[in-house]
Amino acid sequence: MDLKDKLVSSFLAFEDKVDVHNPVHDIRSEAMKTFEAKGFPSKKEEAWKYTSLNTLQKIDFSIFPKEENALEYNDVKKYFLHEIDSYKIVFIDGIYSSYLSETTHDGVDICLMSAALTKPMYKQVIDVYFNKIASKDDSLTSLNTAFSREGAYIYIPKNKMPKKPVEILHLATGNEAALMLQPRSLVIVEENAELQVIERHQSITGNEVLTNSVTEIFAAKNAIVDYYKVQNDADTASLIDNTYINQKDKSVVNVHTFSFGGKLTRNNLNFYQNGEYVDSTMKGVTIIGEKQHVDHHTLVHHIEPNCESHQDYKGIYGENATGVFNGKIIVDKIAQKTNAFQQNNNILVSDKATINTKPQLEIFADDVKCSHGCTIGQLDEDALFYLQSRGIPKKEARALLMYAFANNVLASVRIPELKVRINKLIAKKLGVNLGFDL
Amino acid sequence: MLKISDLHARVDDKEILKGINLEVKAGEVHAIMGPNGSGKSTLAAVIAGKEEFEVTKGSVSLDGENLEDSAPEERAHKGIFLSFQYPVEIPGVSVTNFMKTAINESRKARGLEDMPANKMLKLIREKSELLEIDRKFLSRSLNEGFSGGEKKRNEIFQMAMLEPKLAILDETDSGLDIDALRIVANGVNKLKSKDNAVIVITHYQRLLEYIVPDFVHVIHDGKIVKSGGKELALELEEKGYDWLKQETVV
Repeated sequence: MDLKDKLVSSFLAFEDKVDVHNPVHDIRSEAMKTFEAKGFPSKKEEAWKYTSLNTLQKIDFSIFPKEENALEYNDVKKYFLHEIDSYKIVFIDGIYSSYLSETTHDGVDICLMSAALTKPMYKQVIDVYFNKIASKDDSLTSLNTAFSREGAYIYIPKNKMPKKPVEILHLATGNEAALMLQPRSLVIVEENAELQVIERHQSITGNEVLTNSVTEIFAAKNAIVDYYKVQNDADTASLIDNTYINQKDKSVVNVHTFSFGGKLTRNNLNFYQNGEYVDSTMKGVTIIGEKQHVDHHTLVHHIEPNCESHQDYKGIYGENATGVFNGKIIVDKIAQKTNAFQQNNNILVSDKATINTKPQLEIFADDVKCSHGCTIGQLDEDALFYLQSRGIPKKEARALLMYAFANNVLASVRIPELKVRINKLIAKKLGVNLGFDL
Repeated sequence: MLKISDLHARVDDKEILKGINLEVKAGEVHAIMGPNGSGKSTLAAVIAGKEEFEVTKGSVSLDGENLEDSAPEERAHKGIFLSFQYPVEIPGVSVTNFMKTAINESRKARGLEDMPANKMLKLIREKSELLEIDRKFLSRSLNEGFSGGEKKRNEIFQMAMLEPKLAILDETDSGLDIDALRIVANGVNKLKSKDNAVIVITHYQRLLEYIVPDFVHVIHDGKIVKSGGKELALELEEKGYDWLKQETVV
């Protein structure tokens, strides 16, 4: 049985586990129909031209874990930003781990999607927000919607700001030979409220994992959201991340994506600017090698006037790694005075590595500032000589230059301990010890 | 200390150095002058080991050791320092951290432990004062957004920190106003001793009023066509380079 058939037939088993009379289930059933009709995207589709899901579909993934698995904190501590205090929403093989988590209902809700989807007290919020910005046409998003049951639920009321960042950690134990995970998260940040989130998917063994994740983020007027995605997974773990962001007047949302590992990573990051004076920032650092594949597909839809969007993605590709950057910007006719900027710079450090980069601008307004630029190059030999002539060996000199190349993406990380962690990951990824924390 | 014998070097298929002979002893200051495109900067880069240039004949040796197979960083560890005409910007790496890395890599190559932090700080303070460098400057990203003068002053600061045996200053005077020139030259003079040597590469005589050379050499078309004392620089200033070019033709 191929993966699509397996998923479709698993939906019946899934219906035994959830309340089919809940209105949410009508949404799931609709979404299942969409997935059943469309199936997995193929390379014939423009958006999937450079990323193939074929080999993944041949793997016999379990759709549900057979049993609940537990992990000791000390064994997974390193995947947390343990240097600081944080709220934690942790899942093990898709199942909530209360033992590893630290949730709260103290003025803000930092808890579970399963609770939000089933408890009457959240019904009003779910009616207004659930599946409202996520695509109804996209097959993978629909697949996630069909199986939506568990994930992170964060609700920050007006004028509130949680005392500490939230870490969302999805751990896979590898107790199943191959496991598919479909976390579904909802993040609502009301007027004048603020939130910082760090999200990570981590497989701790060499067994196959496929995660098809959907996150909806709603930023109300003047809200500020910093969202950090740390992708440094095992070589047998693949991630399709579908993130949808809706922004109202004067809200600021920054998403940083650090892609350092994993077998196949596809980031579908979609911003909808449903308000004026909105600021949206997407930044990414990708450093991969071996046969790793990372695909960044961004969309910014400028729907209202006077908004800004900033995109800055840096990629370093070694060995047989392959990368994709596709940045789509739509400026509606009404969205005058839009400022939209997009940068994608890439360094290929091996002859066999490839990057496909494509800006895609659809501009219907006439009074806008839009710029885009993409570069693909090698390390500057003169710069390398400069560093070597100061006594820095070639390997370290190359690493310093690559670090410098990625640096301005790091400058906007607003959790200092996270910045230190990312710097260490970069140094590790580049295989050097420079004698100081970058 | 430095001995260059019949040095030929080319980049791609173009021969740039066509038989350079030069000996520099400890305690000496040599100036290398010459018109644009004569091979001055190439000579500096070849001594420092830039791989882009292929040495086709002849040799460069330091303290009797042929440098042929030494990578640029190994030459640096042996005591060669090149001050760049166009220093490279390294965003995100502070001047201080860059110097720490450079110094400790050199120490590592010599089998020494990392320099203790307090000693490093003391050294940085001492050398930055010598170059009249503000402390705030040291926490800025290396060369990023530096003015031309700041970049050059930073080059000499690095030289002061690394204490090379042989320092080569490639067009260090270009882009400097008179005050910056004086500070840079003063720094170089204070670092000079009987145990080290300096090669000043310059187009103009101006810098040589501050860093007074023991010998002046003129390069033209990849060869040293004339050598003399410091008065040769003045002669060049007065007459230009054309008379030398003619002399070689004859």
